[in-house]
Amino acid sequence: MAKPLNYLKETPSQTAGPYVHLGLAAGAAGLTQAPAELGTDIAGPKAQGERIRIEGIVRDGTGAPVRDALIEVWQANAQGRYAHPEGGGPVEPGFRGWGRAPCDFETGHWAVDTVKPGPVPWRGGMRQAPHLSLWIVARGINIGLSTRMYFGDEDAANAADPILGMIEQAQRRATLIAPREDGSPPTYHFDIALQGADETVFFDF
Amino acid sequence: MGDYYQRDWGQHPPALSPDYKTSVARSPNAALLSLPQGVGEITGPCFGAGDAGPEDRDLIHNHARPGESAIGERIVLYGRVMDGDGRPLPRTLIEIWQANAGGRYRHRNDGYLAPLDPNFGGTGRTLTDEAGHYAFHTVKPGAYPWRNWANTWRPAHIHLSIFGAGFAQRLITQCYFEGDPLIAHCPIVHTVADEEARAALVAALDLNATIPFDSIAYRFDIVLRGRRSTPFENRQEGA
Ligand SMILES: [Fe+2]
Repeated sequence: MAKPLNYLKETPSQTAGPYVHLGLAAGAAGLTQAPAELGTDIAGPKAQGERIRIEGIVRDGTGAPVRDALIEVWQANAQGRYAHPEGGGPVEPGFRGWGRAPCDFETGHWAVDTVKPGPVPWRGGMRQAPHLSLWIVARGINIGLSTRMYFGDEDAANAADPILGMIEQAQRRATLIAPREDGSPPTYHFDIALQGADETVFFDF
Repeated sequence: MGDYYQRDWGQHPPALSPDYKTSVARSPNAALLSLPQGVGEITGPCFGAGDAGPEDRDLIHNHARPGESAIGERIVLYGRVMDGDGRPLPRTLIEIWQANAGGRYRHRNDGYLAPLDPNFGGTGRTLTDEAGHYAFHTVKPGAYPWRNWANTWRPAHIHLSIFGAGFAQRLITQCYFEGDPLIAHCPIVHTVADEEARAALVAALDLNATIPFDSIAYRFDIVLRGRRSTPFENRQEGA
């Protein structure tokens, strides 16, 4: 017997449910009279770097679009810094690096406008390839799913990325890399498969 | 500060919980890939007073016409947000959403026959204070039916989204109300296998915190992951 350590246990997760939009994306729920939505502008007007769009769809294990999911994005700025006291240094005024996007109730498509992040430091003096951290919640998802989106035009950086390198089944790395389509703005397509043969890699950290 | 403690998955529902049928096609098959935490995992969005005003935590009035208020049992839902070491989490954003007293959400996809309350929106947000405390003024939501089995009822519940100080602490959960007999029958509550963990989702009636002749009170404390106080940089594997 030993004296108990008495750590407090984390509050359990519960699904965000079908009406998550009411709380986190009120416009999508149809609520007109509500305070300004949070997370609609990831980068702000003063952010440096390339302006890009990211769009995609979330699919379930049958291939059907998950039309009631909500996605949160967390990312560094073009200098690889996060808007946080431990984020590596100051960022542009108005750059929060966080946003959220509901999937379309008809089509299941989601999209965000942001700036392309820079490489981010990693342990042992290494660097991570530019990427976004994504968090997906929905009805039927019991605890939010964490994944990452890497950029299809960063082959060299992706090949050296310590996280992509940890994915044992090399063919699954491609599930995290979004191809680029030039245009205005340039658009990266990132589809997420919750389950199945082309299942996206999800993380525990 | 160092890494967040690794998540105690025994506290949480598994991705696949067949009694909650929607999880069957929406749960990954592959094991999650365990990742050492880097700067993007330890950090997360910061919020301030501009993101949540005093009116945003009063759901009885934040959607009501002037001079009117939402219908239902008036409650204070309050508590404290702490980490696994019992340290308070100050200035963290809590967002909530809920059905009205009849069990109907003001959401375009909710077609339950219970009527909307013209004075109730059902969403609010607040920041915790310096000691991690938060409080909402709202009405107790009603139970509502849903299609899981042919005739399934959700216990009264309020959905909560909490950020913490880093993305590793991000959490969405639901709180239930002490004494609700539907809790024992709810397949979503029972996605959490551990009985003690389920009990942590039930807000306790707190007569000491009631507002006399105004509102009854329920206390719901929230615990997010704790964090090492000393940073140790891990050696690279094999280095
Ligand atoms: Fe609900």
